[in-house]
Amino acid sequence: MARAREVLELTRVRVLLFVREPEVLFWVFAFPLVLAAVLGFAFRKGGVPSSRVAVLPGPGAEELVATLRRQGGLEVELQPDEELAARGLRGGALDLVVRPGEPPHLRLDPQRPEGETARLRVLAALEPRVEGGRESLAVTEPVQASGSRYIDFLFPGLLGMNLMGTGMWSIGFAIAELRQRKVLRRLLVTPMSRPAFLVSFLLSRLVFLVIEVAVLTSFGAWVLDVPFRGTWPAFALVALVGAVSFAGLGLFVTARVRTIQGASGMLNLAMMPMWLGSGVFFSYERFPELLHPLLRLIPLTALNDALRALMLDGDVRAALGAPLLILVAWGALSFGAALKLFRWE
Amino acid sequence: MAADDGMAVRARGLVKRYGALVAVDGVDLEVERGTCLGLLGPNGAGKTTTIEMLEGLKRPDLGQITILGLEWGRSDRLIRERIGVQLQETDLLAKLTVTETLRLFGSFYRAPRGLAEVLDLVGLEEKRGARVDALSGGQKQRLALGCALVNRPEVLFLDEPTTGLDPQARRHVWEVIDQFKEQGGSVLLTTHYMEEAERLSDRVVIVDHGRVIAQGTPKAVIDALGAEHIVELRPHAADGQPAPELVDDDTLRLLPGVREVSRDDGAIRLAVSDTQAALGALLGLLRERGLVVEDLRTHRPTLEDVFVALTGKHLRDG
Repeated sequence: MARAREVLELTRVRVLLFVREPEVLFWVFAFPLVLAAVLGFAFRKGGVPSSRVAVLPGPGAEELVATLRRQGGLEVELQPDEELAARGLRGGALDLVVRPGEPPHLRLDPQRPEGETARLRVLAALEPRVEGGRESLAVTEPVQASGSRYIDFLFPGLLGMNLMGTGMWSIGFAIAELRQRKVLRRLLVTPMSRPAFLVSFLLSRLVFLVIEVAVLTSFGAWVLDVPFRGTWPAFALVALVGAVSFAGLGLFVTARVRTIQGASGMLNLAMMPMWLGSGVFFSYERFPELLHPLLRLIPLTALNDALRALMLDGDVRAALGAPLLILVAWGALSFGAALKLFRWE
Repeated sequence: MAADDGMAVRARGLVKRYGALVAVDGVDLEVERGTCLGLLGPNGAGKTTTIEMLEGLKRPDLGQITILGLEWGRSDRLIRERIGVQLQETDLLAKLTVTETLRLFGSFYRAPRGLAEVLDLVGLEEKRGARVDALSGGQKQRLALGCALVNRPEVLFLDEPTTGLDPQARRHVWEVIDQFKEQGGSVLLTTHYMEEAERLSDRVVIVDHGRVIAQGTPKAVIDALGAEHIVELRPHAADGQPAPELVDDDTLRLLPGVREVSRDDGAIRLAVSDTQAALGALLGLLRERGLVVEDLRTHRPTLEDVFVALTGKHLRDG
């Protein structure tokens, strides 16, 4: 019973210390919401923007403008000043400039996707319409794909990154502070159980996990309209395993550091490859294929893969398979290593 | 398990090296049950290393330690249940309240004292809801004592418990320690305040450079100096300039009644066994050399004087 009481008391203290640091609360709860909100609203509208086209003066310019205006997706203006049109093209204010003639000349920057889109739209408008309705070469079928917006891809990644960041920072910093301020030594001259001490970090992490995930996911679902296609128990399991795994990793990374500065350096070093390689902001599939198996072994990649499989594809089996196994392995190994390596003195 | 021979703490031949530096070089000490042992010495003398070995925080390179008849490495948990420790310069958790801190420490022990009892013991009832970072230095120190007393320890280890406190706060801490002793507790205390050592200790051990250089009751250690009084003076030349170098140690040592001579920042200190004879001869000598005496003082010897006589340094020196 004595053990249960000390684990409880240690956990309670961790929770109290955590909520009494306003700046920590900001980084854990407010920051990811702000980030999700900003990115969410910036990328909320899908689709391709209209192309901005200028028509230079010349024979048949008026008619050309009228033709182009009938085509969807084009914003057309008559620009009598050729110099201004050239400047607009260079600065990105215009996507394409048309000089009237037989045939008309299209001026654009072929490096910019917007230019290419504008060219195709203008060509479609200029295509001679055959009386009687000639069959088109192909028929376009529009499909409404929900869950294909950037924010839908991004959101599970943000959630994963938050689980990683909070787990590692909150634990790593707390440990380093206890060590630097010599509180750890004071605890060591009591009969406190060392495993109980380390376990209390994992437990206190779970208290915040529930709030953190609930707040972020509700925001994603209701405000950003991010799809959620998996089952809640599977989602809870993935979040739990992810959080505990990163808490273990945080303990491991800071098992031997003596100062807060040292902890900061080690934590950044450990998290850097994950920010870059784990597909938070863009898919890791953009890296050479050779690297994919390696990237999938990184804990944050595993967590993001599992979260995306659940939220975007509703694929519970994929989420609970390899990614979960990888997370469990990271958690168990790092917690075990932390117990062995931990610098008590 | 060693026989429980009535010793709260027993250490034999403790040695601790840090690379080439020998921090503790063969220290023996004993704390009888129900008594207080003061471990004295300047900073860097090996006091903290010694007490941390006794507390089980550091492992000695050589030597044996028994605490209440128990040995570190065999009965760690049992020992920790029965000792209380106040470390030098520990910050407690700044954002916890007094009550939360005591509850946390209490949770580590099988049979902790009640919260009210500890608060009463260290006089922090009125501060029970205050955060640690809002406490004064003295209150923090008493909270640290409260954490050390929460398990009704039989032995209390205190590493410089009043360093940096004002006299009133210091007396407050002493009262808590007195109370602990009255109830039969044993104390091992390090300090570089002589007044503190003389006030609290039944016996003292003076260490310098990791070795014991004197030990016994404070009175016995002072008596061993063989001095009735300590005479301090600053001789000046006729022009008013300080001129302590105009009399050498050997001449002074030959004066009747003088036992020891030491110098300290322009002052000459004499440990004298016959104050009257020594003073007369001293003043005669100075007059002979054309020196004027300013600032002549005598006082009964203290532990500080013992230390200065043995090492030529003050306890408070770095």
